[in-house]
Amino acid sequence: MLRIPCPFCGTRDHSEFSYGGDASVEYPALEAPAEAWLEAVFQRDNIDGVQLETWQHLHGCRMWIVVERDTRTHEIHSVRPAHQGLASALAQSADPVSES
Amino acid sequence: MTATRLAKGGYIDRDQLVNFTWDGRTLYGHAGDSLASALLASNQQVLGRSFKYHRPRGLMSAGVEESGALVTIGRDDHRDANVRATTQELYAGLVAQGQNAWPSVRFDVGSINNLFGRFLAAGFYYKTFMGLPPFEWGSGTGMWMRYEKIIRKAAGMGTASRSPDPDHYEHAHGYCDLLVVGSGPAGRSAALTAAKTGLDVILVEQEGILGGDTLAQPQAADNLAEQIKALKDVGVRIMVRTTAFGLYDGGVAGLLERVTDHLAEPPTWMPRQRCWTLRARYTVLATGALERHVAFGNNDRPGIMTANAARVYLNRFAVRAGENIVIATNNDSAYAGAFELAQAGASVQILDARKSIPDAIRAQAADAHAALRTGAAPLMAHGAKGITALDIAEQQAANWREAGKTDCDLLLVSGGWSPVVNLLSHRGVKPVWDADLACFVPGQTNEPLSMAGSAAGVWNDNACLLSGQAAAERAVTHLGGAQGSTATPAPGGWQGAITPLYEVSVPGRQLKSFVDPQHDVTTEDVRLAHREGYVSVEHLKRYTTLGMAADQGKMGNIIGLALMAEALGKEIPQVGTTTFRPPYTPVSLGALKGRNVGNHFRALRRTPLHEWNLEAGGTMTMAGLWHRPWYFARSGETIGDAYVREAQTTRRTVGLCDVTSLGKIAIQGPDSTELLNRIYSNPFAKLPIGKARYGIMLRDDGFVMDDGTTWHLSESEYFMTTTTAHAGKVMAFLEELLQTRWTDLRVHVTSVSEQWAGVAVAGPKSRQVLESCVENAAAVSDANLPFMGVLETTLKGKVPCRIARISFSGERAFEVYVPSDFGPDIMDALWESARSMNGCLYGLEALGALRIEKGHVTGAELDGRVTIEDAGLGRMASDKKPYIGSALRKRPDMARDNRPRLVGIFPRDRREIFNAGSLLCAPGHIEGYGEGWITAVTHSPALGHWIGLGFISGGHSQWQDKAVVCADPIRKGNTAVEIVSPHMFDPDGERMYG
Ligand SMILES: [Zn+2]
Repeated sequence: MLRIPCPFCGTRDHSEFSYGGDASVEYPALEAPAEAWLEAVFQRDNIDGVQLETWQHLHGCRMWIVVERDTRTHEIHSVRPAHQGLASALAQSADPVSES
Repeated sequence: MTATRLAKGGYIDRDQLVNFTWDGRTLYGHAGDSLASALLASNQQVLGRSFKYHRPRGLMSAGVEESGALVTIGRDDHRDANVRATTQELYAGLVAQGQNAWPSVRFDVGSINNLFGRFLAAGFYYKTFMGLPPFEWGSGTGMWMRYEKIIRKAAGMGTASRSPDPDHYEHAHGYCDLLVVGSGPAGRSAALTAAKTGLDVILVEQEGILGGDTLAQPQAADNLAEQIKALKDVGVRIMVRTTAFGLYDGGVAGLLERVTDHLAEPPTWMPRQRCWTLRARYTVLATGALERHVAFGNNDRPGIMTANAARVYLNRFAVRAGENIVIATNNDSAYAGAFELAQAGASVQILDARKSIPDAIRAQAADAHAALRTGAAPLMAHGAKGITALDIAEQQAANWREAGKTDCDLLLVSGGWSPVVNLLSHRGVKPVWDADLACFVPGQTNEPLSMAGSAAGVWNDNACLLSGQAAAERAVTHLGGAQGSTATPAPGGWQGAITPLYEVSVPGRQLKSFVDPQHDVTTEDVRLAHREGYVSVEHLKRYTTLGMAADQGKMGNIIGLALMAEALGKEIPQVGTTTFRPPYTPVSLGALKGRNVGNHFRALRRTPLHEWNLEAGGTMTMAGLWHRPWYFARSGETIGDAYVREAQTTRRTVGLCDVTSLGKIAIQGPDSTELLNRIYSNPFAKLPIGKARYGIMLRDDGFVMDDGTTWHLSESEYFMTTTTAHAGKVMAFLEELLQTRWTDLRVHVTSVSEQWAGVAVAGPKSRQVLESCVENAAAVSDANLPFMGVLETTLKGKVPCRIARISFSGERAFEVYVPSDFGPDIMDALWESARSMNGCLYGLEALGALRIEKGHVTGAELDGRVTIEDAGLGRMASDKKPYIGSALRKRPDMARDNRPRLVGIFPRDRREIFNAGSLLCAPGHIEGYGEGWITAVTHSPALGHWIGLGFISGGHSQWQDKAVVCADPIRKGNTAVEIVSPHMFDPDGERMYG
């Protein structure tokens, strides 16, 4: 079982979360051509090492987060809110909830 | 073997006599006994029969590694097979039975297998029964099918009850700063050291009492009770009868707590076992070490056990296991026991495989008045059902040679010790071979985890204390406390070096020497595997099944490795070790399932109208996690009668249906319209306030995700409904979009599925029903609430409600939502009105019939492989705006003309029935996947015959007026059908709009 430090709730069992996908994908604009969407939706690396992935704290605060996880060891290196604005607000706040 | 219960000593209560039954005979032990010690004290020697050869087996150990005394505990449905007698605590009335033997373990007909042993050697099953391609169905497989039953009967362990498990189990969750596994000297000192600094410590012990290896030593030498009191005084949380069976990511440990397995009459409210998920910030494994056997002739005979086992029986249970004892060792550890057994009145001889031993050890032998032979080892045991004599071998150069025989009734073996590195192995850490200590010691890990005591290869008691202390200090430092000063003791600690000893044999003598007694794997099997080309230890394991029995190789793995290394001319570390995986000891399936059985197997969702539906005579069914009304039978009605009546009544007058389970999402904020316009494939930008629209959303890849209606309530607020099945998925997707892709949109989405109770009011008289229930009847007039109109108003009694005139049934219909708590009251009012108009309540079955008649799609059709065109809704999709899925739905394959398209299906002979799940095929081509499939069928009350929905290549236009076969080979057979438009009833929607 993974234990994921949710930036909002603290460390919780992974069973409270649901896996999203590859967090390094930049989704193209809706009007972008099919080729760009094919790249974003289907072309994925199978990373042996540290990868960025999105998870949702489904049975918790329901926030989407970006987890930096090593696929070989399951070690989690960092976690931040997927929403950039929230991530920077949290980074600036005096006492962020974080457990590593 | 003549075992004797001593008059004093041990951790047993001599005042409490405990009766139990062994193979139908009543015997007695004491409180504090294990089943094994009680059987031993009662001089029961043959306790089991071996897996393949049915050889008599007795106690080989005193712990979890036991491979001989596997018994069945309990009776009837409470029967538990393959229980190690060594780990079963004795209780009054315990019923135990020998297994794998008929009629009993003492007289077993199956032992004839022993004579045919060569037929059951390694790979026997593979060689005899595996057919080789292309003759797979030739002799091999055929023979297997013929003989499987016989072989399974002859070779096997105990049998489980066939009835449902009558016991109940629990899951529990826990947290701590430090988990200490094992309560021996190292574990106790680790727990105490850490708890003294204020850490929250849990100490788990698999046995019923604390002590670990201390229990194997004479009581006078320790102050165990005081130490345990000290642990409790500093607040260590102690869990006995609890095995840490697995270590997982993030400091999570799986614990199995045996709550009532030691009780004669467990209270019914207690679970039999508890499966704990424990999250520890740091873990110290003080799991000890297991003493190894040595392979020699008939080394599996009853009366042969590990040297430490005899010490446990003597010091913990006050049972002297024999009178005339031979101790065979290759290390120092057996000498303390020799002295203690001699003190207890036994005569002791020692065979030490080492050529030279330290003087202090020699002196210990002298104190025990034991005859000591160095450079000597056991060669072959005599005696059919228990050892009576032993052939001895003596070392000569690199070989052994026969060197006499001695009588004995108990042979104790110490082939060295293997640290229990299993839990560390669960974390992917490979153990490291220590050639000096002849064992695997723990490898390095970066996780917050330390090994302590003999689990780290530390043999000496005092060093174990320090080892535990040092591990605890590392935990304290890791958790932010002070730096410790205790140096970690190095592995080892014996006075004389161990001489590796795995097998004793002399040239030219055929011996039956067991490596893995539980699976009857012999030294010859290992060598045979090597001769047949097996060089990898993993392959060896699978070919011989070495280490694959219930003990998972605790007894035999190292011997097997050593033999393989010898055969390959390599060193043990070059051959490698197999990876230990959870569980460390067997875990019952019941404990893993906990209370998640029967009705608790998964969550159950009930609508606020649940009780109302039941009182109204509804029969419920499961729809996903939801309990929904299926049909409302009147007396004498079958389900078929009921749903046909309900559908007919709804089309004739009016019907009410609980639709609360639909997903409901509040979409609020200035950019709500923009969000909807991006996620729905059809236009939403110009939906007026007070109107609802049916929308279809696609996934990124262009396939249909879900459909539903969304109601425009005010400038910045919408009320979205989704299908019951996809409510969660749609909600999570909206959240993902807003938090990851469209972070600039000022929209908030809230799931309000639980907040609103929903009722569909459908049928020609639906408006009259509403008129009688709203405070202002004019509000629901056709002018005020036209098709797709939305209204927020109040029902009689000032109940706020939302009404939209939308239809799933194809009739003039409304969906009415009220705050959940008002659901039953409003249902009362609606039903009173509907009943007065000869209306009805309808359930899922009638709902299905009505929607199939109309060709409306649901989850059965929108299965994730369907495009919007496939569902016949392509004309709804906008070409004027981009939306989720708009780019990829234009891929060439998704625009293919011959994709399966939604169609309606009639039986050619209208009296015929056909099934959902059938394939649609062209006549004469009933093969493969056919041309399509059927997703839903119903008897159509409106049309008077069976109809269906499905998909077929090219759709209606391709198959119109052509013969099609509905193929259902397993159930019904073939039915001739015709393909029609999916809009099978009122295709122009006059009833709905009118
Ligand atoms: Zn959270």
